[in-house]
Amino acid sequence: MFKDFMDFMLNDFFITGDPLILGAQVSIGLSMVAIVIALTYFKKWRWLWTEWLTTVDHKKIGIMYVIAALLMLFRGGVDALLIRTQLALPNLEFLHAGHYNAIFTTHGVIMILFMAMPLMFGLFNIVVPLQIGARDVAYPYLNSLSFWLFFFGAMLFNVSFVIGGSPDAGWLAYPPLSELSGSPGLGQDFYIWGIQISGIGSLASGINFVVTILKMRAPGMKLMQMPMFTWSVLSSSITIMFAFPILTVTLFLLFIDRYLGAHFFTLDGGGNPMMYINLIWMWGHPEVYIVILPAFGVFSDVVSTFSKKKLFGYKSMVFALMSISFFSFFTWAHHFFTMGSGADVNAFFAITTMLIAIPTGVKVFNWLFTMFRGRITFTQPMLWTLAFIPCFVVGGMTGVMLSVAPADFQFHNSYFLIAHFHQVLIGGVVFGYFAGLYYWWPKMFGFKLHDGLGKWAFWLWNIGFYVCFMPQYALGLMGMTRRFNEYNFDMGWQPLNVVSTIGAFIMGLAFIFQVWQIAHSIKFLKKEKSGDAWGDGRTLEWSIPSPAPMYNFARLPEVSSSDAWWEEKQRLANGGEPKPLAPLEPIHMPRNSGIPFIMSVFFFIAGFGFVWHWTWMLVPGLIGVGCCLLARSFDYDTDYYIPVDEIERTEAALKGVR
Amino acid sequence: MANHNSHAHDEHESHGSLKSYVIGFVLSIVLTILPIVVVMNDMMDKTPTIIFILIMAVLQFVIQLFFFMHLREDKKPRYNVMALIFGLVILVTIIAGSIWIMTYNAVG
Repeated sequence: MFKDFMDFMLNDFFITGDPLILGAQVSIGLSMVAIVIALTYFKKWRWLWTEWLTTVDHKKIGIMYVIAALLMLFRGGVDALLIRTQLALPNLEFLHAGHYNAIFTTHGVIMILFMAMPLMFGLFNIVVPLQIGARDVAYPYLNSLSFWLFFFGAMLFNVSFVIGGSPDAGWLAYPPLSELSGSPGLGQDFYIWGIQISGIGSLASGINFVVTILKMRAPGMKLMQMPMFTWSVLSSSITIMFAFPILTVTLFLLFIDRYLGAHFFTLDGGGNPMMYINLIWMWGHPEVYIVILPAFGVFSDVVSTFSKKKLFGYKSMVFALMSISFFSFFTWAHHFFTMGSGADVNAFFAITTMLIAIPTGVKVFNWLFTMFRGRITFTQPMLWTLAFIPCFVVGGMTGVMLSVAPADFQFHNSYFLIAHFHQVLIGGVVFGYFAGLYYWWPKMFGFKLHDGLGKWAFWLWNIGFYVCFMPQYALGLMGMTRRFNEYNFDMGWQPLNVVSTIGAFIMGLAFIFQVWQIAHSIKFLKKEKSGDAWGDGRTLEWSIPSPAPMYNFARLPEVSSSDAWWEEKQRLANGGEPKPLAPLEPIHMPRNSGIPFIMSVFFFIAGFGFVWHWTWMLVPGLIGVGCCLLARSFDYDTDYYIPVDEIERTEAALKGVR
Repeated sequence: MANHNSHAHDEHESHGSLKSYVIGFVLSIVLTILPIVVVMNDMMDKTPTIIFILIMAVLQFVIQLFFFMHLREDKKPRYNVMALIFGLVILVTIIAGSIWIMTYNAVG
């Protein structure tokens, strides 16, 4: 009995026999032990539970999203370096083929779904309620549930690396390879359930932010007076609401194929694998706009703040954002021009793809004209914004090249494509979210990040980026296709691959500089004296102390124009009278709840049970989920009021940092 | 949250009665079972079966909207209608687009 159990643990449950994975297992085990010891030694368990795990405060949830995203960026980045090492030295068997497949699959899934998405939701959470003058999101409990579903979904996906085996059918898991016939192992099930569980969270977040923005703006703030970041969140959230259900259904059909032996996407029994590709890109294409739109919003706010000017072309910017989120639903087939759908289909989707470049171009001109004759200060967020513009323009133009359907037959799945989407995703999304993080960091924590180290990180990221990806355009045109781990020396690809790998390691070094920057800034912490950390803040989040008190605004602001905080500062500077302060009123706040955390643990248990086909595990997991839903339905004590004297005390204590 | 204060009084306004929930639930179950019965017992030819399933699906959609999504209950249904229209556009795109793209594939 015991011997059977040990056999199972060593042969099936844990992945054994690979030195890299063994190292990871040991270090994961050790760091978990270290965390438990540290929490016990410093008596922090209660603090962790009451302050973080059960919180419904949008600012804390945002910080947890950011931390999780940075950890995932580390893992996805290590995967990238392993891939690049193998490709620079293709004949050394650094990674054998199966391992290489698993690594590029996890790299893609983690970077898009478990790095970009949570970093985006982190910024949504931290910024949106503050920008629109609200005290929390519309559904704070749901917000907490979204985070924990994302977190446990991501953990379920990540755990496959050391337990059960990683997925290795590519980041979108095309059948028939991802079917039981092509991937008999458990990796693909971890993939399905990790994404499904976190996908529920993403969908809920999308709904949450649409409602928050439409219903909870400060008194007087019209839609056309909202800060541009909030507009970008609205357009991105609407896209989430309509795109994510498609992903859920598609993966569910794949799950039914694998679990119950159906034939939706199999090659026999009436199935059609191409249908999966068609469906998954209906989500997949809007998804890339979901992550890029908020980055556009960050750039808009940063550019106008550090040019000391109103954003150029506000209306055209809003129009561009909304039309991008609409048109993003009509371009999906450009991901599979080579499928052979015929000239009509390809022509239609080529044209829609070219059309969607127009609003994006409008935005680039708007940013440039905002800077034109502005008083530009070169702060860290502004540097990332300036680096973004040329990078994204080149990335966008190679995208237009790819949209030419006949030419795409040459580019398809080559390194030209790889270079293109990395250029828009790193140059657009990553640079954008970094700009956002640097910009709002003082609002989150009350101190700025060190400037010198940040500039090192900035230049290393940029140099590393071009050194890494420019050669890949050439490699693509030389015929190198994606997703293989070996090539012969006589192909002539090695020199450029070595250059590309050097660039990847420069970006890795840049990430180390950023970690150093954060650690250094915490150690030599210089507390911000003003809530308006950059001095030029234009929108409402800069009108309150940093970090914001839990209720954000002691008195809800009255808004009568866009850039409300800037206008107010201008009015006071021109000798205007300070507005009379309304008397404080008790503030209605949501209560913390442990249910989202517990429910997500049950989701994890159920997902794990589904992966291993363990009915004894998945049934209790699902029952637990149901019980949590019931418990919440009968919980009537979900909110409370902060009394006026407590608000007065908090405000008096914050006077110093205002 | 304080923005909710003004709404506090109408929080208990009806979000559907037990009766309407039960009717909706029974109807949606029936609309799910009918296609299964038809398919499992080979009661129709291929084309009529597909049409029948599609009709059931559309009815299901309507039932969900009226009995569970409270389509009629908002005082100012502007956002509801906008979301519904956009949803329908996306829905038609998905179905018509898939059929268009996949027809060529089925022929080839």
